[in-house]
Amino acid sequence: MKSIIQIKNFNFFYGESQALHDVTLDFNENQISALIGPSGCGKTTLLRCINRMNDLIDDTRSEGNITIHEKNIYLAEVDPVEVRRKVGMVFQKPNPFPKTIWDNIVWGAKINGYTGNLEELVESTLTRTALWDEVKDKLHTNALFLSGGQQQRLCIARAIAIKPDVILMDEPTSALDPVATARIESLITELKKRYSIVIVTHNMQQAGRISDCTSFLLNGVVVEHGRTKEIFLNPKEKKTEEYISGEFG
Amino acid sequence: MADSTTNFSQKQASLEKKTRIGESLIHVVLFACALCSIFTTVGIVVILASQSALFFADPQVTLLGFFTSFEWQPSIGKFGILPLLNATLLTSFIAVVFATPFAILVAIFLSEFTKPRIKAIIKPILEVLAGIPSVVYGYFAVGTVTPVLQRVFGSDTVEFYNTASAGIVIGILILPILITMIDDSLTSVPNNLREASFGLGATRLQTSFGVVIPGSFSGIAAAFILGFSRAIGETMIVALAAGAGSALTWNPFRGAETMTGYIVRISGGDISYNSIDYNSIFAIGLVLFLATLGLNIISRRIVKKYQWNV
Repeated sequence: MKSIIQIKNFNFFYGESQALHDVTLDFNENQISALIGPSGCGKTTLLRCINRMNDLIDDTRSEGNITIHEKNIYLAEVDPVEVRRKVGMVFQKPNPFPKTIWDNIVWGAKINGYTGNLEELVESTLTRTALWDEVKDKLHTNALFLSGGQQQRLCIARAIAIKPDVILMDEPTSALDPVATARIESLITELKKRYSIVIVTHNMQQAGRISDCTSFLLNGVVVEHGRTKEIFLNPKEKKTEEYISGEFG
Repeated sequence: MADSTTNFSQKQASLEKKTRIGESLIHVVLFACALCSIFTTVGIVVILASQSALFFADPQVTLLGFFTSFEWQPSIGKFGILPLLNATLLTSFIAVVFATPFAILVAIFLSEFTKPRIKAIIKPILEVLAGIPSVVYGYFAVGTVTPVLQRVFGSDTVEFYNTASAGIVIGILILPILITMIDDSLTSVPNNLREASFGLGATRLQTSFGVVIPGSFSGIAAAFILGFSRAIGETMIVALAAGAGSALTWNPFRGAETMTGYIVRISGGDISYNSIDYNSIFAIGLVLFLATLGLNIISRRIVKKYQWNV
């Protein structure tokens, strides 16, 4: 397994309060890596550090390195905009642009300088997100008319349309019903053939079902990191075991 | 736990209705205040309508002629509102066309590019603009903008009294409202759309123009219309800068009296009560009232219809 993201001695602060403490983690290529932990443990903060999304929040600061494809994205000369072109993101609440389905996919590609055939791009991304058959006749209707699950798949399609190396997902199914969740999960599993995925989830079964490796965070500290099977069946730390078995969180 | 209930002065044993005198009194007072403003509005409409009726009852005036004939010369019995209406629309149009793009840029700057701390400093400064008396703007138009226009386009082309100068200065006058309305509508675009855009590798500028502006298009349209309605009603600037005497012209460098300009000139002069000139200003006032009312309703409809459901 080739490692794609290395997080090294990473600290993150919102003003004076420290949200991440000396985080060191490795995520592998073409795998699904899950971040689990109770609310406020810093898992979303960590996820948003991987594409420098937290730069957009005032009064935040970080220490340490995150390396993607052996490039440190926290060097002073790195442009966060370029980082986000390589590291796509899917959010907790489906957030399609209030534009047509077509424009939702094409817009990101256009600002990234895509010069290829747009029709091909739209069809292939929608096909890969299992949405094509459902929306091929209404590509030019507003995306807000889609159901929640369809909207989230459109958001995933929008993210992969710019051909990122990594896709970050922040509880992508927490706003969806079980059927839509199942479809997204099978989609995510399908996507790992081409992309490396880091997913934050509150749902232990989901982490168990789809992820290859799991990191358990507590109060901004990585308590345990390893293969999902091992973490779930034989956790080394007592806290991990308690959390997974539902004793707190 | 049992002790805590005894601290209440009234025991809560009974569930019967109680009369609360303070509450009822406040209710009556507030209702009276609300009625006052309604009566004022109704009063204005009644006066406007009744005086206008006197105007239209005059044998020299016909309703059709009022709206369709091309001359407004009360002294020779010509009462066609079109020249006045045309001048009003011309100055207002110049105002919004001049002000809206500028307002959009300022609003983008305020809502997308500044930190809240800096915005808190800039916004009050802009709002000072709204506190300047419009007569001051009027002299600014006559004393500064007109000479500049004359120097740029030549004083042969630009008359001393002209609608361009008045329109530009009305544009400056309505800037604060436009900026505030557009800024509010940009700010109301949900943040998760900005994040979606940044997450795709968009820059701040691309996010502003590609996502935030289209997302608040309705708010911008509403601001445009409200600004237009405000410009239609503006009086002092046009009275001072746009010229006296009606003229039907599309040339912004010529003088043309607007509806409000005419009302000011007539009501300031020594026209006798209940003469036809006197009554004519109420008819024009009614047209102004209906125009601004209509525009305000449209503007509110737009805002309501396309509100963000978050």
